[in-house]
Amino acid sequence: MTKALIITVKDWWESQPVPPKISCIHLIVGKFTCVEPVSLQFAFNVQKQNTFLEGVELAIQETPLIAFCHHCQQEYRPEIGIQYDCPTCRSPMEDIRSGRELKIDRIEYCSDSAKTYAPNL
Amino acid sequence: MHQTFDAALGINLLHANQEGADHNRAHFDEWGIICLNVMSSPGAGKTALLERTLAVLTHEYKIAVIEGDMTTELDAERLRKYGVPVIAINTGRSCHLDSKMVAGGIHQLSYQYNPAEFDLVLVENVGNLVCPAEFEVGEHAKVALLSLTEGEDKPLKYPVMFQEADCLLITKMDLAPHLDVDVDRIVANVRQMNPHVAIVPVSAKTGEGLDAWFDWVRSWIARSAPAKQQLSVVH
Ligand SMILES: Nc1nc2c(ncn2[C@@H]2O[C@H](COP(=O)(O)OP(=O)(O)O)[C@@H](O)[C@H]2O)c(=O)[nH]1
Ligand SMILES: [Mg+2]
Ligand SMILES: [Zn+2]
Repeated sequence: MTKALIITVKDWWESQPVPPKISCIHLIVGKFTCVEPVSLQFAFNVQKQNTFLEGVELAIQETPLIAFCHHCQQEYRPEIGIQYDCPTCRSPMEDIRSGRELKIDRIEYCSDSAKTYAPNL
Repeated sequence: MHQTFDAALGINLLHANQEGADHNRAHFDEWGIICLNVMSSPGAGKTALLERTLAVLTHEYKIAVIEGDMTTELDAERLRKYGVPVIAINTGRSCHLDSKMVAGGIHQLSYQYNPAEFDLVLVENVGNLVCPAEFEVGEHAKVALLSLTEGEDKPLKYPVMFQEADCLLITKMDLAPHLDVDVDRIVANVRQMNPHVAIVPVSAKTGEGLDAWFDWVRSWIARSAPAKQQLSVVH
């Protein structure tokens, strides 16, 4: 996923009139995804070296797993790794309302261009 | 002094891969091919299942394999014995196939063969229970394998793949008498998060359950039959 993250940021960065100097990438990662924030943070810090992302911070905000039970007409929070069906009526988890997010929420950057950083990805 | 800015984006990290997957699927649809993405942890029995599948279904359909889980070139040779094209993908150190890698495989297939002659493409993904579930490659359906030796709680611990699967094969059923494992518990755990998945217990060793798996594959291929007919009219 680190590769997907870097490619996505690079696409945005290159689409800017003047590629800016990025300071921080704010990521939203759901709890019901394959992404482990600590591992992603680590891999990002290794892979950003000597690229246009050198010195860029990665801020990860996690969203909880929330499902909606149509039988009970209410939301519940499945316990990841333990139980996913509705704790009240045992209906399977079918409607996930939160927890599948994997997106760049926003990017902080400053006005002076990042000309000194070669995009050698 | 420099000014700082904030660009609100909301870009999905999987967007680029998803676009590539849609592109691949459009090719498959154009050729009347059904593509199945076969995923599991390492050693759950993907290659053994493919061998068994090719042994029977090559008599009914024209099949190609896209192999993303090669430990050695021997894996591809095991499958080529059945007379099908096996396109090996170099995944490097990647822990999953992505749609771009599979696009390379598809284009290779279409250079060497007339792709419209094929009915089925089987993709063996990299052995990994986590990442492949998030990266679509252009498949019409996802097949997950869980071997009996992996334990009942795997689906609870690694839920995304089991939640996304269209078919779950519980493999190595021949080992059941030797293991203290409760198959009903595996089924119940998966149903908690995926009530509609087809679950088929199989053994590549004894052949148990394979007919039900073949029927599941046949039912998918039947879906592309109208498109196939259309193609042969045009030719
Ligand atoms: N007992 C038993 N062993 C199996 C079965 N299917 C695969 N194996 C063994 O499990 C190991 C891994 O199988 P393989 O097909 O290479 O797994 P892959 O990594 O998922 O492709 C091999 O030693 C196989 O012989 C099965 O149905 N029963
Ligand atoms: Mg294999
Ligand atoms: Zn309920």
